[in-house]
Amino acid sequence: MMRRRLALVALLAVFGLVVAACGDDDGGTTAAPTTTAATTTTAAPTTTAAPTTTAPPETTTTAAPIAAKICEITDVGGIDDKSFNETAWRGMELARDQLGVEVAYLESQAATDYRPNIDAFVNEGCELIITVGFLLANDTALAACDYPDQKFAIIDQQPEFYPGSPWADADGNPLCDFSQVRGLTFATDEAAFLAGYLAAGMTQSGVVGTFGGINIPPVTIFMDGFVKGVRYYNELNGTDVQALGWNPDTAEGLFTGNFESLDDGRAFGENLNDEGADIVLPVAGPVGLGTAAAAQERGFLVIGVDADQYLTAPEFAGVWLTSILKNMDVAVLNTITNVLNLGSVGNLYVGTLANGGVGLAPYHDLEGTVPADLAAAIEQIKADIIAAGGLAAFLTS
Amino acid sequence: MSDRPELEQSPEEKKPGRLGSRLFREITGVGVDWRSAMLVPLLAVITALIVSAVIIAITDVDALRMWGSKPGEAAAETFGTIRDAYVALFKGAFWGLKAFSETLIAAAPLILTGLSVAIGFRAGLFNIGPEGQMLMGGLAATIIGFYFDLPAVIHLPFALLGGLVAGAIWGGIPGLLRAKTGAHEVITTIMLNWIAIRFIDWVLKTSFVQQGGRQDPVSKNVRPSALLPRFFDDPTIRLHAGVIVALLAAAFIFWLLYRTTIGYQFRAVGYNPDAAHYAGMKVTWMYVLVMAIAGGMAGLGGANQILGPLVRATPGFSAGIGFDAIALALLGRSHPVGVVLAGLLFGALEAGGREMQVATDVSIDLILVVQALIVVFIAAPALIRAIYRVRTGGEAERITKGWAA
Repeated sequence: MMRRRLALVALLAVFGLVVAACGDDDGGTTAAPTTTAATTTTAAPTTTAAPTTTAPPETTTTAAPIAAKICEITDVGGIDDKSFNETAWRGMELARDQLGVEVAYLESQAATDYRPNIDAFVNEGCELIITVGFLLANDTALAACDYPDQKFAIIDQQPEFYPGSPWADADGNPLCDFSQVRGLTFATDEAAFLAGYLAAGMTQSGVVGTFGGINIPPVTIFMDGFVKGVRYYNELNGTDVQALGWNPDTAEGLFTGNFESLDDGRAFGENLNDEGADIVLPVAGPVGLGTAAAAQERGFLVIGVDADQYLTAPEFAGVWLTSILKNMDVAVLNTITNVLNLGSVGNLYVGTLANGGVGLAPYHDLEGTVPADLAAAIEQIKADIIAAGGLAAFLTS
Repeated sequence: MSDRPELEQSPEEKKPGRLGSRLFREITGVGVDWRSAMLVPLLAVITALIVSAVIIAITDVDALRMWGSKPGEAAAETFGTIRDAYVALFKGAFWGLKAFSETLIAAAPLILTGLSVAIGFRAGLFNIGPEGQMLMGGLAATIIGFYFDLPAVIHLPFALLGGLVAGAIWGGIPGLLRAKTGAHEVITTIMLNWIAIRFIDWVLKTSFVQQGGRQDPVSKNVRPSALLPRFFDDPTIRLHAGVIVALLAAAFIFWLLYRTTIGYQFRAVGYNPDAAHYAGMKVTWMYVLVMAIAGGMAGLGGANQILGPLVRATPGFSAGIGFDAIALALLGRSHPVGVVLAGLLFGALEAGGREMQVATDVSIDLILVVQALIVVFIAAPALIRAIYRVRTGGEAERITKGWAA
């Protein structure tokens, strides 16, 4: 139902874009870009933003012949979620501009769409198919076995073999050889830890909160790192900041149960705010936009996820304290480069603070409100985590 | 409309509910003669496709930019985009075995849930709960599918039956509430949808159902013996026996409604519950039975999804099909044959929409627009008649008078 409402909004938005696009027609029509208007306009301002993106905006696209077709399949959040799927798509756009590849995407409306979408792209002759997200693991695994020559990359998953794994049978044996599949995974808890520390240092009420979309590891890793960061702050500074919405010890917490309903995002944000939280971390793709809207009305702060949401959702500029960056665009671009140069997808990718695969976005408008010693402490912790070689090692040291 | 003044003339029509029930019949197609029943949906679909073509045109930014300088080329470009999009839509739905297989796969659960809504309409009941009934039916099929280890001849029918029964119970509850307390089924079915959605979220995390070794809410895999058999060995042609289940269900509902005494009573209750009661029918019992059968059909739809393409349950695996079913039953004029045709059309739109996006970059969201427009035009039959100046107006007037008398 929520997708329906989204679609309607999208339609109106597209109509608005058309009107805007017509306005600047001065006769100087350029050669037609191949993508639709909505994606280019929303993504354009974001490319220059993320600190780790390697794309100099002045890169001139030479009219090179199209090297290959690279295809992305989104989960049910949609390509324009200003967060998860959109960040991966930005990597595709970088590849189009820098490497001259042809890019395409398919949005999944439901879990039953994953497999047909993969089949459609295999038939289309895509050199590499990137499936965005944990939820597509089962279908990606089965498709990879059915098409042993088709290259795949999957975000937030890697072929792992244990009983119950999407990549293994009931005994934990691999379903087939997955050498043509690359996992793009992220140590998101490292960046989320920094965000938790920041939130604990910034809260006025002494309460911060978080909630997730669905209780799956790539979501809970944000919440886990966040709460651990809050606890670390308490430990270091002798404070008692409470973190609501996730308990790392029991692995239970607050979940909307979907990645679509902005209304749920609003309700969960308001509930946490009612419980006293003045900083909320929604980990649910577009759902967080609902939380941001509630934050704008009620005057609490929100921490963005995946992309720097100050830039992807500037309409809520004042409420983004920071964003936990999960630079899927870097991973996607890296994989596409591998495919073009080496002819293979490459080994498992793990994004960390050390390699810039994850990170904390700038504070933007709230720069002045973050105390200098807090900002410095966060920089120090970041350096220490990198030096220790990961969050777990840092916490035990 | 010309029938307005007549409404004023008849004191009967001024009673609240009368106008509502007339509109209800005209929208749901209950009691409308078959030629008019065919014509309005057909014109609604055509109109929706035309309006969608306009939407494709105004969202084709490249062409819009050209209108200022080179209107000729812009017109050609716009026309080309629309043609390409609809050709891709058609090819993706019907061109070749694989495409048609995808259409049928998408159509099967839509037909089953559409029947659920349609039989409710026939008896004058709004079943807004197929989504929840689907979930409960699918959950029952999942549990039977992974828990029991039986030969396929027993296991598959058992799992399907389990889905049917669970859906029937979930659908029967609002029927019982309506019969015993008068609580309106629109409210109760919607509320039961949410209970089912949250119940699935919870049950998928219990150790009995959850896949071992996983942290996320996903059920154990259904055993192969309970899966609906596929027709082809090629793994990319996924057509499974679920489409036969859907067609058999449609045949059953047709038989039930038009060839049995119970079906006659259902329809009598739908036309006029007071008269049905006066004629000695147990109206309250009918409400329970109709809702249980409706729920059973939706439950079968959920089982079809689990035992067909999904193999395991995840949160919200019903994916809004239960809500699409309402639109589908309206398009199918609440008739089993109409529901099958409407299900095929919606399935074709879904399968073709994918190809349309791959081949032409026209967003698959356009399919939602087409479906929404179809519903708008169905819900406003007067609009369709006005646009096409169809002479069904006379017939409608005659029917209206018949009811008013």
